[in-house]
Amino acid sequence: MTETIEFEPTAYHVKKSNEGPALEIKDFNLWYGETQALFDNNLEIQKGQVTALIGPSGCGKSTLLRCLNRMNDLVDGLRIEGQITVDGFDIYAKGVDVIALRKRMGMVFQKPNPFAMSIYDNITYPLRVDGITKKSILDETVERALTQAALWKEVKDRLQESALGLSGGQQQRLCIARAVASDPEVLLMDEPCSALDPIATARIEDLIEELKGTYSIVMVTHSMAQAARVSDNTAFMYLGRLIEYGDTDTVFTNPQKSRTNDYVTGRFG
Amino acid sequence: MTSFNEQYPPASGAAGAAGAAAKDAVAPRARRRYSADLSALGEPALWGFGGALALGIIMIAVFLMAVLYNGATTFWPKPIEKVELTDGTVIAGVERRGTIFRPDLARLDEDVRATVEANDGFAYRTLYQTANFDIYGDDFRWAADFEMAGITRPEDMYYFERQVWGVFVGRIAQMQIDGQRMDYDPDVFRREQAAARERFREIRRIERNEIGRINQLIERERLAQRRAVLRQGEEAAAPVVAQSQTRIAELQEDFQVLQARVNEIRASDRGFRVTLEEVGGRQIEPEISQIVRYFPANTLGWFGKLRIYVSRWIEFVSAEPREANTQGGVLPAIFGTVAMTLLMVIFVAPFGVITALYLREYAKQGRITSIVRISVNNLAGVPSIVYGVFGLGFFAYTMGGTIDQLFYPENLPNPTFGKGGILWASLTLALLTVPVVIVATEEALAAVPRSMREGSLACGASKWQTIRYVVLPKALPGIMTGMILAMARGAGEVAPLMLVGVVKLAPALPIDGFYPFIHLDRSFMHLGFHIFDVGFQSRNSEAGKPMVFVTTLLLLALIVTMNATAIIIRNRLKRRYATGQF
Ligand SMILES: Nc1ncnc2c1ncn2[C@@H]1O[C@H](COP(=O)(O)OP(=O)(O)OP(=O)(O)O)[C@@H](O)[C@H]1O
Ligand SMILES: [Mg+2]
Repeated sequence: MTETIEFEPTAYHVKKSNEGPALEIKDFNLWYGETQALFDNNLEIQKGQVTALIGPSGCGKSTLLRCLNRMNDLVDGLRIEGQITVDGFDIYAKGVDVIALRKRMGMVFQKPNPFAMSIYDNITYPLRVDGITKKSILDETVERALTQAALWKEVKDRLQESALGLSGGQQQRLCIARAVASDPEVLLMDEPCSALDPIATARIEDLIEELKGTYSIVMVTHSMAQAARVSDNTAFMYLGRLIEYGDTDTVFTNPQKSRTNDYVTGRFG
Repeated sequence: MTSFNEQYPPASGAAGAAGAAAKDAVAPRARRRYSADLSALGEPALWGFGGALALGIIMIAVFLMAVLYNGATTFWPKPIEKVELTDGTVIAGVERRGTIFRPDLARLDEDVRATVEANDGFAYRTLYQTANFDIYGDDFRWAADFEMAGITRPEDMYYFERQVWGVFVGRIAQMQIDGQRMDYDPDVFRREQAAARERFREIRRIERNEIGRINQLIERERLAQRRAVLRQGEEAAAPVVAQSQTRIAELQEDFQVLQARVNEIRASDRGFRVTLEEVGGRQIEPEISQIVRYFPANTLGWFGKLRIYVSRWIEFVSAEPREANTQGGVLPAIFGTVAMTLLMVIFVAPFGVITALYLREYAKQGRITSIVRISVNNLAGVPSIVYGVFGLGFFAYTMGGTIDQLFYPENLPNPTFGKGGILWASLTLALLTVPVVIVATEEALAAVPRSMREGSLACGASKWQTIRYVVLPKALPGIMTGMILAMARGAGEVAPLMLVGVVKLAPALPIDGFYPFIHLDRSFMHLGFHIFDVGFQSRNSEAGKPMVFVTTLLLLALIVTMNATAIIIRNRLKRRYATGQF
């Protein structure tokens, strides 16, 4: 089980075997200072599938998602218990190369956070920090990533302009493009469509559909319809606890817990 | 906790269903009445804020106006007045300023005393720049209104600016061209004066550059000899010394040749003289080459005045000082100020930014970092003279002394780096201004949103990459603001510099054509110190007064220029990625 992870350059990463869980969350607890935000979470995220995290605001979806690539390391006074494993490798163990771990994952944040650089530089950033400077690869990546994020047409003539000049929705798509630019194995998306119009949303859902199979995707969403449409598995969280986790169809049509039922049918939350 | 009903019991006082029923029947709560008048009352505090702002601006504006007015008018040529005094003496000079004063009544004549007494014992007097220090022993003379018999502006009065002895006011009696005495002819004199100045510059060029170079080389040979003796011992170094001696002999021959040429030019220059006569009739006969600038002050037209004005400004910013700094230019001081400020920025920028980066990004935030931060902030409040003392003791004596012993032993006991110099001065100022840079950089770094760092880290960037590519570019305008503040503070600082390398007169610039071209060990001149020196330290502070204003104006202009440049650069940086969200 405890094989070492090989870290290839992510631009041309080799596809992993499609079996077994990509990410395993075991007895995971988390405290922000004194307050506990996650309670005994157990979750297996399957390779090549889309997993939706749903639940009312403040229930800990983002917190859990940000634990998967150790983004919470920056938070002062954070304490965790339990394990998260990637391909069987405990990412919170001592001596883990966090940078290599993050290179295998792309992340879209809840709030768009483009860098104060040109659009082009934003998208090639994950490649450049990886040491890739070849113009042809970068150009190719920019076009592919922007097309996947349904932004290419709008910005193809202004790639050298500041990314901060884009609209909120465009910035969000830019961040999606940046997340997929380096071909990560795992894609972590925190409400990727919150600022998008229905057309752009549909394009992002198409993208997810397209990436499914190759990538493992974890996605936080407040839209029940979206979760039902694109995800294979759904996890319902409530007050930091994982209430129900299973096949999306089952969770939506035949939930085991009444709270889940109430939430997915819109009776609370 | 009291319940709602206990706090606001229903009017009926009955319990149960009756109470509930009564609750519905409660009279409508009295609504607060608003006045129907919607006209705004305004914000009274605004007067306070506005007043404070106005006061601040007025104080600064008055100061700037005073500097600007005095600085801008100093170089404008003024007429020469010939004043006949009641006691028969005649003076001629340029009016400087006037004041009301209280004359000693006992020493006045009857009728004059009567008028002064009628005026409550006050009278008005005027200060004339009579110049001719070599004849009078003073440059200025007060003349009270009541002792003046008549004022005229004779057309033959000239104003001469001389290489030494300062200004001369008087007429041209005669001139002597190539030994031939002749009457004054304006055109001939103009031509001869230009030619004489050319000779003067030629002599100076030979003495400064060519002879200076030879002296430099001889000095270097001498030092090389001493070094060889120190390193290898007297006997082993003997061949080296001998070789060096022959080279010195050769150089001395060159020196003789040049010296001969200088003497030749000097000798011929002595044949060109001008006889100047002050208003009382006493004459002097200097070489024409001694006259830097001259003009007939009373017949000069507007364009002539403008020409003099411009030429004075040009001399001011491009020449060396004359006459104990009260005349001539301030080029060495401009150069010293700019060079020292730039050097300071070069030292302070990396030092301050790296410190702030470590404090904010890498150090564990806790008690120790807080203490360091508070200490740094407090450093900004230490009087600057203390930094000067430290700079002299630590940089110049300790560090410089060690450098001298290690690298320049042949020069000892004369210090090379072991005294004040531009290097130590800029290091001292860097130390003085580093808190400003640290604080500004820290603020700028803290202002970079965490989401941006997270975005970068999520892309697989290392911490340094994140700082290098995301945090620093975003923080750069803020860091630049810190640099600008530091620069402004550093360029205007004088007190510590007096201890670590600024001198009254240093004709040799820190950068010149002699190997190794950049002389960081040299003392230098500084505009701030120049103001202090000219205005308050010179033999004749009245003569230096106008220079104080002009130099102040120049220093302000210089600081404004440097700051404006930095601000423009910063705004460029800012605009490159202008924020225009949504
Ligand atoms: N940096 C933090 N420090 C302290 N508490 C935090 C921090 N971030 C989140 N929390 C708390 O943890 C809990 C879970 O927050 P989280 O952001 O995970 O919610 P969420 O499910 O993503 O909600 P939303 O749908 O509104 O985004 C909340 O109660 C929040 O207040
Ligand atoms: Mg969230």
